[in-house]
Amino acid sequence: MNDSFWQAAYIIAALCVVLSIKWLNSPVTARRGVLAGEFGMLLAVVGTLLRHEIVSYEWIVIAFVAGAAVGAPLAYLMPMTSVPQLTALSHAFGALAAALVGSAEYFKDVADGHPTTGFKMVAIVIESLLGYLTTTASVMAFGKLQEIVPTRPLTYKGQNFVNLLLFAFAAVLGVWMIMEPTPGWVFPTFTALSLLFGVLLILPIGGGDMPTVIALLNSYAGAACAAMGFALENRLLIIAGALNASSGFILSVIMCKAMNRSFTNVLFGAFGQAQTATASAASSKPVRSATAEDAAAILESARRVVVIPGYGMAVAQAQHKMRELSDVLGKRGVQVDFAIHPVAGRMPGHMNVLLAEADIPYDRLHEMEDINPDFPEVDVALVIGANDVVNPVARHDKNSPIYGMPILDADKAHTVMIIKRSMNPGFAGIDNELYYLDKTLMLFGDAKGFTGEIIKALSANK
Amino acid sequence: MSNEIEISLYVLVLAVPLGLELVRRVSPLLHTPLMSLTNAISAISVVGAILVAGNGGSPLLSKILGTIAVMFATINIVAGFLITDRMLKMFKKKETVSK
Repeated sequence: MNDSFWQAAYIIAALCVVLSIKWLNSPVTARRGVLAGEFGMLLAVVGTLLRHEIVSYEWIVIAFVAGAAVGAPLAYLMPMTSVPQLTALSHAFGALAAALVGSAEYFKDVADGHPTTGFKMVAIVIESLLGYLTTTASVMAFGKLQEIVPTRPLTYKGQNFVNLLLFAFAAVLGVWMIMEPTPGWVFPTFTALSLLFGVLLILPIGGGDMPTVIALLNSYAGAACAAMGFALENRLLIIAGALNASSGFILSVIMCKAMNRSFTNVLFGAFGQAQTATASAASSKPVRSATAEDAAAILESARRVVVIPGYGMAVAQAQHKMRELSDVLGKRGVQVDFAIHPVAGRMPGHMNVLLAEADIPYDRLHEMEDINPDFPEVDVALVIGANDVVNPVARHDKNSPIYGMPILDADKAHTVMIIKRSMNPGFAGIDNELYYLDKTLMLFGDAKGFTGEIIKALSANK
Repeated sequence: MSNEIEISLYVLVLAVPLGLELVRRVSPLLHTPLMSLTNAISAISVVGAILVAGNGGSPLLSKILGTIAVMFATINIVAGFLITDRMLKMFKKKETVSK
């Protein structure tokens, strides 16, 4: 097969990849984007298989079948609450694939008797370093999300120094390999250091910071793919990798802003320190609580209700009950909207997926900046499973760990209702001022059960 | 600097701003599907893995590493596209939600 076939296939694939992300800008065209991506992938794979240097197919076919056999059940069986875990795993797989190809390239050149140096080695070094460290870092992130690994930050004295030293050592080996052919132990050592560095990178990061970390690892995995493109002189890989890297980068910046983390913190992966909770003693200030019947009566007489969901709602699997409640209220002429904080879920956009799964139409889901100006006209802000993202302390208390974090202005609504199991503070361990306001009603109970009781009370007062 | 490298660098400096611009336009509503889709797309690295695994000139070690890479990339392609579509199917506008 002549070269122009696969070259044309690659160019069209590149176009498909770009269109795929472009069409994701709206839910209306998004599925077309997936199709474009799939078509591009098909062209790229078929084009590659037809290249004349590919002589053996058996192993490749076996690998295809094995990959599909693992991938398909993962995609269909993962519950939506576990999408962050699946994403972390796919960063690990993608990065590992890139790193393995880098290693394979290296060993091929060694076997050919002309070890790589210079520019191609720069690409292989970057590809392997990013690839291997992202692999172990993603596995660690997966472990923290799945709570196999302790979610609290693991820190020790001199941690940053140890990490820096390790990284410097890896960098020195990398530069050495770029400058001249090296002894056989250098590349495997470099690989081991990269793998270890990935683990150490995630240790000090708390479970609550995982949205940022996942986005950052997404970016690293993309960068590894782009570096592979340089090593293989394959521009399709450069384009796809660059798109993925910039996507992960933007998402991590958005997550950072939403948690009021500085940008340098992201780049050096040194976040997590600020999270060491300054657990204030649970205050004994009085709160007002209410029953499901009271809550039902208030909700029924409201004109506009804004629900503020947090990850706690998803943990309690209360999103379906919440949709039922919004349907019942909607039938009685109450406008029910959902206000989504960027860090409401476990990864960027996670809460939107969870609510969409519960059949809540997406035009009811509003981003923080869009809905915040509306709160003074909102009759009831119903907070369910969220805590820090509605804490007014973030606005004015300079000593608070969450000071400066943008929040949803629930306190500006006429009435605030909070469904909560008990008065325990949230993951940042900070007392929430919102609970003690005169207009706040605490609804103590399990998120799913209590929502069910409100629905029952509503249908009783028909 | 060889011609090949120069072209690759041009591609990179064009692709990065294009990516930033495209992603900025993606609705925050779809950030999770965006991440799973870009994961699937960057698994186009399967191309590189195939080139190493199927190349007659590769030593055995490189073939093995390449084949494992093909498998992992394929997991990402299959799982990435399928779960993205599964999520996007759930996003419905008001009229289309069963009433």
